[in-house]
Amino acid sequence: MNLTLKIWRQKNAKDKGKMVEYPISGIDGDMSFLEMLDVLNEELIEKGDEPVAFDHDCREGICGMCSLYINGEAHGPDRLVTTCQLHMRKFKDGETIYIEPFRANAFPVVKDLVVDRSSFDRIQHAGGYISVNTSGNTQDANSIPIEKEKADAAFNAAACIGCGACVATCKNSSAMLFVSAKVSQYALLPQGEVEAKDRVLNMVHQMDLEGFGNCTNTGACEVECPKGISLENIARMNREYIKASMSK
Amino acid sequence: MASKKGLIRSSIARKLAMALSALFLLFFLLQHLVINFTSVLSEDVFNSWSHFMGTNPIVQVALQPVLLFGILFHFIMGFILELQNNRARSVKYAMNKGGENSSWVSRNMLWSGLFILAFMGVHFADFWIPELVHKYVEVNPEDPTRYYHELQEIFHNPVKVGLYCLAFVFLALHLRHGFQSSLQSVGARNPKFTPGIKKLGLIYSIMVPVGFIFIALFHYLNSL
Ligand code: HEM
Ligand code: SF4
Ligand code: FES
Repeated sequence: MNLTLKIWRQKNAKDKGKMVEYPISGIDGDMSFLEMLDVLNEELIEKGDEPVAFDHDCREGICGMCSLYINGEAHGPDRLVTTCQLHMRKFKDGETIYIEPFRANAFPVVKDLVVDRSSFDRIQHAGGYISVNTSGNTQDANSIPIEKEKADAAFNAAACIGCGACVATCKNSSAMLFVSAKVSQYALLPQGEVEAKDRVLNMVHQMDLEGFGNCTNTGACEVECPKGISLENIARMNREYIKASMSK
Repeated sequence: MASKKGLIRSSIARKLAMALSALFLLFFLLQHLVINFTSVLSEDVFNSWSHFMGTNPIVQVALQPVLLFGILFHFIMGFILELQNNRARSVKYAMNKGGENSSWVSRNMLWSGLFILAFMGVHFADFWIPELVHKYVEVNPEDPTRYYHELQEIFHNPVKVGLYCLAFVFLALHLRHGFQSSLQSVGARNPKFTPGIKKLGLIYSIMVPVGFIFIALFHYLNSL
């Protein structure tokens, strides 16, 4: 198929940047979105132009590196997939496709479509872990019985790959879905309960320092999240936070 | 690290404060509707309830300032949040399809809220300011039967009635998102309760505004 791409080009963090139009032809419906961009970049390189910079790593929907705001939606029009798993058959021949970086002041653009999501790393560092003694006498996790329902909910929360689509999609650039997934993943398990209070207080504190907006429960994040992280996690984080700040 | 001020200073605290003020307003609105509704049933009952609300010291000295504070807090906080949220994304998208993932009402709480605020200005000018003048400036002797006639006078004006009805349409939109949003903010969401909360929110956000509109139309049609 033949397409018109409108892509955000920005030389570096300081550059103002602008949308640039690129016609592209011979795209197969079975190509992934990133493969389509690979084709474009080969053409650009052949012409001696600067290729479009974009983030990616695993290309199988597990690492959380790929991003892109495609035709007005984070990870494009498909549901429960990352950009790397989006296929070109989701688009029509002759279509114009807008490709923009994930936008939020807490995700500054590095170059073209690449944004710096280290604000998420700093939130993780603030409490997204459990402290375990690994000196050789670590207890086997399976020796602690855990309710199936809780284990499932923790597992579902742990599916978050930290891509940032929730922030990119949110009209308030709120990071609540991501942070609540990380908080829930541990709060639901006995191993995480020990540090639960400090974790939620510290992670929310760091989230606020990074300059994300305030959640107003529009629910857009849940719809666009490639891993189907539920809003229930946000409600759980709110409960955890209220509990923790009253007793800490 | 995280300070003890979390319940006052954090983003979650702001959400919580917003939700509590909204829940308070939801409760207030319901009692307002119940009292107004008595005007449809009986002039005497309406007068006696209004008289009670207008003269009872607990209502006047304790509840009224709380209500005023609640309203002021709610929309000032709403503005602050909206401003902060806008500032969290300086460069906007060239193409953004909000409608694909969220409801129009949830993305436009400020606009529905602003319309309600404008209406409240008119509403206060119609009922509350004259009430204050009547009681504290002119210091009239209390007449427990005056309320019904005041109400009839306001609802005689078709422009006022139209504006009143329109405002409640906006309130319905505001609450269509607001009801379940406030409960989500206080942490009330799980697979068991959420479907019920959503249904209750739908019923409240339609029935309460419809109730107010019905009362206004009832008195308007009776005045013709
Ligand atoms: C009696 C009148 C009103 C009622 C019953 C009401 C109710 C609500 C409710 C239930 C919410 C959801 C709270 C939450 O998300 O946690 C809300 C949010 C909001 N309201 Fe109102 N409201 C009223 C008047 C107003 C007015 C006058 C404004 C003025 C601008 C306003 C602006 C907002 C805004 C901007 C939000 C979204 C903020 C957020 O969700 O964090 N509201 N309102
Ligand atoms: S919650 Fe979903 S959208 Fe947000 S970072 Fe995690 S996987 Fe990505
Ligand atoms: S490249 Fe790893 S999730 Fe898309």
